[in-house]
Amino acid sequence: MLFGKQGSDDLVIRGARVVDAAEGVDAALDVRVDGGMIAQLGTDLETNAHRIIEARGLVLAPAFVDPHVHLRTPGREDEETIASGTAAAAAGGYCAILAMPNTEPVVDSATVLRSLAETAQAEAEVPVGFLAAITRNQGGAELTEMAELSEAGAVGFTDDGRPVVAPGLMRRAFQYSAVTGRRLALHCEEPTLSKSGQMHEGAVSAELGFAGYPSVAESLMVERDLALAAYERQPVHLLHLSAHESVEALSRAQVAGVAATAEATPHHLCLTDEAVRSLDANVKMNPPLRAEDDRQALVAGLRDGTIAAIATDHAPHARHEKEVPFEAAPFGVTGLETAFSALYTHLVASGLLKLETLLERMSAGPARAYGLDAPRIVVGAPANLVLLDLQASHRVSESEFRSRSANSWLLGETVKGQVRLTVAAGRVAFEG
Amino acid sequence: MAEIRVMRQDLLPPKEPPRRHLISIGDLERHDVERLLGTARSFERSLERELKKLPTLRGKTVVNVFYESSTRTSSSFELAAKRLSADTMSIKSTGSSVDKGESLKDTSLTLGAYDPDVIVIRHPQIGAPQLVAQYTGAHIVNAGDGKHQHPTQALLDLYTMQAELGRIEGLHVAIVGDVLHSRVARSNIQALALMGARVTLVGPPTLIPRGIGEAGCEVSHEIDAIKAADVVYVLRMQRERMAEGANYVPSLREYTARWGVTPERLRPGQKVMHPGPMNRGVEIDPVVADAADALIERQVRSGLVVRMAVLYDLLTHGPTGVQAGALHEIGAA
Repeated sequence: MLFGKQGSDDLVIRGARVVDAAEGVDAALDVRVDGGMIAQLGTDLETNAHRIIEARGLVLAPAFVDPHVHLRTPGREDEETIASGTAAAAAGGYCAILAMPNTEPVVDSATVLRSLAETAQAEAEVPVGFLAAITRNQGGAELTEMAELSEAGAVGFTDDGRPVVAPGLMRRAFQYSAVTGRRLALHCEEPTLSKSGQMHEGAVSAELGFAGYPSVAESLMVERDLALAAYERQPVHLLHLSAHESVEALSRAQVAGVAATAEATPHHLCLTDEAVRSLDANVKMNPPLRAEDDRQALVAGLRDGTIAAIATDHAPHARHEKEVPFEAAPFGVTGLETAFSALYTHLVASGLLKLETLLERMSAGPARAYGLDAPRIVVGAPANLVLLDLQASHRVSESEFRSRSANSWLLGETVKGQVRLTVAAGRVAFEG
Repeated sequence: MAEIRVMRQDLLPPKEPPRRHLISIGDLERHDVERLLGTARSFERSLERELKKLPTLRGKTVVNVFYESSTRTSSSFELAAKRLSADTMSIKSTGSSVDKGESLKDTSLTLGAYDPDVIVIRHPQIGAPQLVAQYTGAHIVNAGDGKHQHPTQALLDLYTMQAELGRIEGLHVAIVGDVLHSRVARSNIQALALMGARVTLVGPPTLIPRGIGEAGCEVSHEIDAIKAADVVYVLRMQRERMAEGANYVPSLREYTARWGVTPERLRPGQKVMHPGPMNRGVEIDPVVADAADALIERQVRSGLVVRMAVLYDLLTHGPTGVQAGALHEIGAA
């Protein structure tokens, strides 16, 4: 289901602190990679004429998986291509990403999906999985040919960017998608409540005068979709949660036995609606940045596992489209290259989250949410590794981005934690 | 001090003395407001001496860019600049390259090429003045951006209250009507709070923004709440908000019956203000609008001297010797 360049590099990464909580590993070890596979863990390993990477003082972890990326291809290759988006992913420490289908045209037929997979096979620096649309042209009226799409490699189905508004159709999608074994990933937004909303509805929107996009516009749809998933006994993945009410609803459903997973983005975990006071179009996204209690609920959900995955919702936009007044700007920010540093700086370095938890939610958590193999540091597993320098700090600037777009909320901010090496599918995909 | 987050580093202007702008009441400290009102008062006195034109800003250029229709604000800025002997130029979005789809950035760069000293801008979108500030070297005056701010309106309202009631601190002002869509209300709420007045917002729950109470004002949905106020500030009820299907209120008729400011709902001596243009018979009864206690024409006259004061202050107080509170630095982020 993942398409991209494969490699069979030979490496010895020496002396890093190897952290893989799922395997119960947290020790200074050497890791030998033979032909792209993890061959040996230990101390003072034979180097066998392999390339040696001295990693003393660095952290080696299973590489990250981003379950939510907009590659803008086909249609807006000026904003991102498979090559540029996956190069950005590699620089961010990712060994796999999932691309959303809201392109031009929409990924709603096996033909479009196969052509993307073919391009990715040749160009992708890290493997890419493609989600297909739930409804044709994401029009919210007719189901896509899900069986054929899943045979063509669709990892899951989503109309991300917009909700499936009609409850009847949503139910049919749950019922029919069962034949594919792939799950639905839902963008929860009640459109008559969010209509024309520019930012979270609260004290800041009241003061600034922006039309509000209330939390209940999300949580109401979360409740509906969880009710349908429960009724149809189908798994569901909830995209980019932002409101504390949504986290609470998710937690209740999980306790009741619904196979529901969810993701949260770095920007929702690090920022609140206070950031919108800057009127910077790079803090405009859907769902919007919410209040401090929402942010705290997301962090708590991440900590206790209610929220299994961190997703960047990397949404590149052309420069001229963001160089406009806030209200005229499109929703979305980039995130692939900054996710780890942002979260390490805002959550781990500040003591809100353990490093192991962050690493798990950026890697195994998102992989499992879609039934993909989680990257692991064990002998015999394909090498999907990220080498992190937690001591390094740098100021985020546009020139460092491999993405074709630079609409990052972190520009100018000094962050801690830098990716030094990414090995994806047995291949060195990034060195920095 | 307010600051602007510049989107990209390469957009940071070269190091230069900070430029001052009037974009939001939030940029001002109390002493800035007091200084501006004092300057306006001295301009008013000099105009009374039949000295209709002052040489103060000779050689300066003030450009008015209006992306929304306006009578009183655009005419008052233009006249204010002329009274101070500045050269003025007015650009309206209709009939300009904006009609041809030019972006605000490009229009700003074009206007900036003439090195104007001040750009006065009205725009339907929040944040437009900041954007113009980013791409030109001019001092920016916000003449209304979307539902965000209209700071010179709030200053002229303060000036009017000060002149008519002798004080602002301790006054009780009821702001009545469509607060949700009103930049005038937002600027006034901030300005009145800054100067120590008490503010009560009155209107239907659908037209009072959720969370506005945190700005330090009281909220009532009962029109009787205006009786306790020294000043009743009536907001314009925009007709499009009343359109069928908008559902902010069921009908204009019901709005007027429930929240219209009528003589019966006022007590003698209460001052009535309105930013204009009025919908007589909708949010304000014509008898109230024409009564001796209505300060509506007085507000328009205040507008001229207050805008003169703003232009004068921006162009003569900076960059040295200014109070930091009035600074609105670009590139400080």
